[in-house]
Amino acid sequence: MKIFVANLVKLGLTILILFPVTLKAQTEQDALMMGKQRLCVAGSYAYNSWEEYWEGTFKRNNDNIGKLSTQTGMLMLNYGISNDLNIMASLPYMSTKATRGTLSGLHGFQDFSVFVKWRPLKKQFGNQTVALLGVAGYSAPTNDYNIDFMPMTVGLGSKVLSGRLIADYKYKKIFATISAAYMHRGNVEIDRPAYYTDRQINSSMVKMPDAGNFQLRTGYRTSHNIAELFIDNMTSFGGFDIRKNDMPFVSNEMNSTRLGIEGKHYLNNLPSLGFHANVWTTVSGRNVGKATGFLAGIDYIIDFNSSKAK
Amino acid sequence: MKKIITYSLVGLFILVMSCNKDIIESNSDYPELAPATQDINGGDWKPFIVSSSAGFAMPAPEAVNSSSYQEELKELKTLSSNITSEQRKIIDYWKVGSVLRWNEIMRQLVAKHNVPPYQNEDGTYPVPSAANPFSYPEFPFSNPPYAARAYAYLSLAQYDALIHAWKYKTQYNRPAPYKTDPSIEVSVTKNELPSYPSEDAVVSGASFELMKLLFPADIDYIKEMAEQEKTYRLWSGANVKSDLAAGDSLGRWVARQVIQRAKTDGMGVAGGNPAIWTKLEADCIAKGETPWISLETPKRPPMLPLFGNVKPLLFDPAIIASLRPGPPPSATSPQMRKELDEVLDFTSNPTKERMRIVNFWADGVATYTPVGHWNAIASDDFVNMQLSEIRWARNYALLNSSLMDAAIICWNTKYFYFNARPCQLDPRIKTLTGVPNFPAYISGHSTFSAAAATILGYLAPERSADYTMMATEASNSRMYGGIHYRADCEVGLQTGQKIGNLAIDRAKTDGSN
Repeated sequence: MKIFVANLVKLGLTILILFPVTLKAQTEQDALMMGKQRLCVAGSYAYNSWEEYWEGTFKRNNDNIGKLSTQTGMLMLNYGISNDLNIMASLPYMSTKATRGTLSGLHGFQDFSVFVKWRPLKKQFGNQTVALLGVAGYSAPTNDYNIDFMPMTVGLGSKVLSGRLIADYKYKKIFATISAAYMHRGNVEIDRPAYYTDRQINSSMVKMPDAGNFQLRTGYRTSHNIAELFIDNMTSFGGFDIRKNDMPFVSNEMNSTRLGIEGKHYLNNLPSLGFHANVWTTVSGRNVGKATGFLAGIDYIIDFNSSKAK
Repeated sequence: MKKIITYSLVGLFILVMSCNKDIIESNSDYPELAPATQDINGGDWKPFIVSSSAGFAMPAPEAVNSSSYQEELKELKTLSSNITSEQRKIIDYWKVGSVLRWNEIMRQLVAKHNVPPYQNEDGTYPVPSAANPFSYPEFPFSNPPYAARAYAYLSLAQYDALIHAWKYKTQYNRPAPYKTDPSIEVSVTKNELPSYPSEDAVVSGASFELMKLLFPADIDYIKEMAEQEKTYRLWSGANVKSDLAAGDSLGRWVARQVIQRAKTDGMGVAGGNPAIWTKLEADCIAKGETPWISLETPKRPPMLPLFGNVKPLLFDPAIIASLRPGPPPSATSPQMRKELDEVLDFTSNPTKERMRIVNFWADGVATYTPVGHWNAIASDDFVNMQLSEIRWARNYALLNSSLMDAAIICWNTKYFYFNARPCQLDPRIKTLTGVPNFPAYISGHSTFSAAAATILGYLAPERSADYTMMATEASNSRMYGGIHYRADCEVGLQTGQKIGNLAIDRAKTDGSN
């Protein structure tokens, strides 16, 4: 495990060096804002895989799956309505594959998401800056992709309404961001008329547990560079455990804690172009795969305001 | 501005939290049992297993004017008045119909236990033990053959017990308590059926006795439901205690006769042993064919290889060879290549509609199995037919004897030919549902579905064409999912239909028409 973490850090640093870190290409999870009338177009590629997974709290592997990998290509747009109000949208295309066993991989577009990010407060006290942000989000499946063939499915098929609060503190170039989100998940409909959770339910509708996301990001941040460490926790408020050797199901209680590093860099001589990358691993979980993954992306900023003086 | 946003955020949060996400189940609005006829001649119908109740000492009921009966009425009056909302919920649950509710309970327990055991450290698999049902792996693993047999014996026990109950009902002709004392508060629709013995207690007793053997780890739940059903009859003012006691004893007695039959039907040895598993493979190779191998890692022993020798309900075991279809296409034949290509095409180019069909009919791990699925389909139709309890039981008995016999002939065929699954012969085939751990030919889904569709088409003729369409879809779903060839499916449908027809032959002469 120690060696693994050491390798992970090494790999992360390598990525940071290869893609001299970016940012301004913000996600709904960070404390960064796109400036007024600026549009960021971001494309990313992500890969994650797992060989071990948890059935409830029982950690196991499965030679009928081998390694299950997921690849994601994502397009994201972020537009600055004002310096303190951004709107962002994203659409991922995903594909899954198992290295062993007979189960077929699946692929397709997943959920379209829209977020409105608002920064009502940003105050500077000498070397220190404090900001508070709120993010409201909505995401919905772009198509009725198969959700009843886990773990090969590309998503859970649920419409999600989310609200996130973010607090950001910066001292010189060192920062910490904490955020918490509540995700209200809509019920989903599966293709069969009955299913068993911890009891038989005679319906094709499945009650989805809401979930929370908690995150801490901390590291180094300037206008051109970010290097950060993050810890991310997803917790389902409800749902049920996969029993021993049972199949996973959309409304399982899926919890995970991930640890990762992330970097962003905007070029000095071409500041509208940036790169971002991260690498992460799952340190604990319940009814999920013990996944490790990375992401690499490129951002381009179009300034509709460029004629004006900055 | 800040205030407005704060308030709207709080408002949004409250709105979101208050969204009702509760699921309304398809069986939650079933109407109260309201038989068009009580089938009062039901005592003359032909039982499946327990042909006579002469061995059962049914006590004659006390007369309605006896002091003991008057005491019972008095007690009933207290129990059935001032019903709480909790009691009302229980009454509303059971008044939909006893046989139907036990069928649902069975489906739930089958789904609960339909999970294959996890392997041992050394790559072997533990076998669930009825003697030790609570320790892992919990007994039973209610896979499709186990389930088919379980549904069948439950239905048969209920049906046979109700035939004997109806006979006593007409013999003793004790009127319902509310006929004798009109001041009793009654929470169910009144009817003309004699109340001794209570049909609910008969079904509850028979179901309890059978299900505690089939699902011993759930004895507490089964007992609770059985007791609850009898109590419901008191709360609803529909039976006195002596009606219930007589019914309960009769139901249990009939179930015990059915259990005697079940214990000697061959299920006990259906799992086979390593020598038998090896011989199946060797016999197949000796015929020049490619034997089935488990596609699981570690390799799992084949599922119930001798289930095909279990004693059938609708036909003489001697004719099994005449019911068993001819061989599948040889593994290396051009016909097999053609069928493999068809499956490969389905799995390489899955459409949403085909994946929907695969999922709808998958009925795999943690489900009530295809047998339960057809029971669910049947139940949704039976509720609209205004059946008496005894006819409900007859319909399920005919359906589930067909399904058990379909399982027998299907398993017999599978292990007679022992042929490989598509992805064994062509590893390029990746499946859209789990690959069952037994040979391919003939498809279980197809055999089950055609048997069910055939007998259901007889019982509910106006739905006959729909059932046939459903059976075809269920059959095709296994090709779409990549786990069966066309031959498995088509011949499975034909074989299942033969079994369904045997059930129709029986239904025509069982005295109920």
